[in-house]
Amino acid sequence: MSARRTERLVNLVICLLATRRFLTVEQIHTAVPGYDQAGGVADEAFRRMFERDKEELRELGIPLQTGSHSGWDDEVGYRIASRDYALPEITLEPDEAAALGLAARLWQSAGLARAATSALVKLRAAGVEVEQPVDLEPRVAVTEPAFEPCLAAVRAGRVIAFDYRTGHSAETARRVLEPWGVVSWRGRWYVVGHDRDRDATRAFRLSRIQGGVQAVGRPGAVQPPAHVDLVAAVAARASSGGNRTARLRVRPGAAVELRRRGQVIAGPEPAGRDEADPLGLDVADPLGWDLLELAYSSAEQLADEVAGFGADVVVVDPPEAQAAVIRRLSALVGP
Amino acid sequence: MSGAADRLPRLLALVPYLLAHPGVRIAEVCAVFGVTERQLRADLDLLFVCGLPGHGPGDLIDVSYSGDRILLSNADELARPLRLNADEALALVVALRTLADVPGVQERDALDRVLAKLESAVAGAAPDGVPTDQVVVSMEVEADVLGTVRRALAEHRRLHLTYHVAARDETTERDVDPMRLLLVDGRFYLEAWCRRAEGVRLFRLDRIVGVALLDAPAQPPPDAQPRDVADGLFQPSPTDTLVSLEVAPAARWVADYYPCQDVTEIANGWLRVRLRTPEVGWVRRLALRLGAAGRVLEPPELAAEVRAEARRALAAYDAVESPQR
Repeated sequence: MSARRTERLVNLVICLLATRRFLTVEQIHTAVPGYDQAGGVADEAFRRMFERDKEELRELGIPLQTGSHSGWDDEVGYRIASRDYALPEITLEPDEAAALGLAARLWQSAGLARAATSALVKLRAAGVEVEQPVDLEPRVAVTEPAFEPCLAAVRAGRVIAFDYRTGHSAETARRVLEPWGVVSWRGRWYVVGHDRDRDATRAFRLSRIQGGVQAVGRPGAVQPPAHVDLVAAVAARASSGGNRTARLRVRPGAAVELRRRGQVIAGPEPAGRDEADPLGLDVADPLGWDLLELAYSSAEQLADEVAGFGADVVVVDPPEAQAAVIRRLSALVGP
Repeated sequence: MSGAADRLPRLLALVPYLLAHPGVRIAEVCAVFGVTERQLRADLDLLFVCGLPGHGPGDLIDVSYSGDRILLSNADELARPLRLNADEALALVVALRTLADVPGVQERDALDRVLAKLESAVAGAAPDGVPTDQVVVSMEVEADVLGTVRRALAEHRRLHLTYHVAARDETTERDVDPMRLLLVDGRFYLEAWCRRAEGVRLFRLDRIVGVALLDAPAQPPPDAQPRDVADGLFQPSPTDTLVSLEVAPAARWVADYYPCQDVTEIANGWLRVRLRTPEVGWVRRLALRLGAAGRVLEPPELAAEVRAEARRALAAYDAVESPQR
């Protein structure tokens, strides 16, 4: 934007804030320096310039009102109601100022960070003091190019289409989604909504969207269900829990992560299989290890979780998970 | 806020800021608005010729300088900043709500009060405000661990940690002198001087198995440097091991789950992934998990270790499956 246009817009804002009456286009043309350079009030060049200026003010969130001040005067006029324009008085307690300072620095990148910064500048301009706590530095980054178009579509209520590649295939597939929201879960961003082809709630990792996100259809077409739990929709796709119970033998001291999720129901089994070790504490023998119960949802998911512990964890039950782990291990030792 | 399109909103905030801070120093204004002194002076020159219709001397905004201080007057119409627009409200409200929802955050009450006060600041406030539930940031943390760590930071006290080192599947005991708490990519980290390792270390809060506040004061050495996390937490070092592995289509997630140095498409949807890590234990676990869907190429010792561990694990299964079972 040229300095000349910026200057004109500042004058336009002052002019429309200073008036109580609706000003006609002609009055504005006279009152605001710069419009006369585009020609007379009837000239097309001036009209276009004024239309663009109004658009600019509305994009900034300036509440431009249109109307006429009397019943028999039907020429449309403009003004800005200072009550709707002005940020009201806000006074923050010291702990609130610190909380605001913490929140304003949360976003680390691009759109949200810019918006938070400009919000903070407005609040400071309103005389609000902002403190910055030093012991806590929360940061949330957004690096996925798909973030902005997805968020824009959510806010506009528009259906989106994109090419998506799951983490388990080299193929991309076209997906059509009614987006309800974007979610950061365990440090990664997802768009959640109703997948039209699958006819089900789905979450898509933004970093796996290939190419652009196209908004299709009209704004307002998407109606998210009331009280939808976006985080639950994302967490469901990676849930490590489940409603079935597996039994594992775990070497003493090993597999802390599994122990924290599960429950040790028995220590070393006093199998007495070895006369020299009547308590069965031989840690070379899995039957001498802790018996752990762990919730799981599928044999493959359990095998994924367990196989990495190698010779420290042995699946006792269910047999299909045991087979899945053995299949993984066998592939690594060669024929 | 330095692009041309940002200039108008900046000017509309600059005027009330200067009115609310008469005689403020130029450097302070530059810092708040994120502009250079040259840009600021250009902004003030522009405002100097703006004002009420008529634009006579008494109608224009007055700007005067006294040394490095600025005084702005005669701008009653712009005395208040513009309300927050929908983007600004969304960014602030979601940030406040995200922090308020962190279990164990002692600022929750203050965060909630700020949220309530900001409601009146939003433009064209609909009855239910800006629909800020369209962006959700989920943070998982143990409230007790977070509370104890923050207390240690506030009171400058040493902590005893029982800490799980996932890469080696080890539980360790150590005393640490807390330096700061970081929240990066959805996880909390305590940065502290580790008295056992005699170095600055990051501890993931969800891997702290036990924590105790000690009476000793925290005394990180003066030369203990916090790490620069602007480019991410984990910066590979040239002394790290270079790991090269190939993954099947079913395991392509590996390439975006771990920070990789490079990723190359090879035949049939397989990827070749190279990464640097100070600790190869987790790669061994990954390879065991992947089974036929992964192949460790480099370093060869790691590939041999994976084979050996798979053999040992299969032997353990033989023991369980023995007739005595």
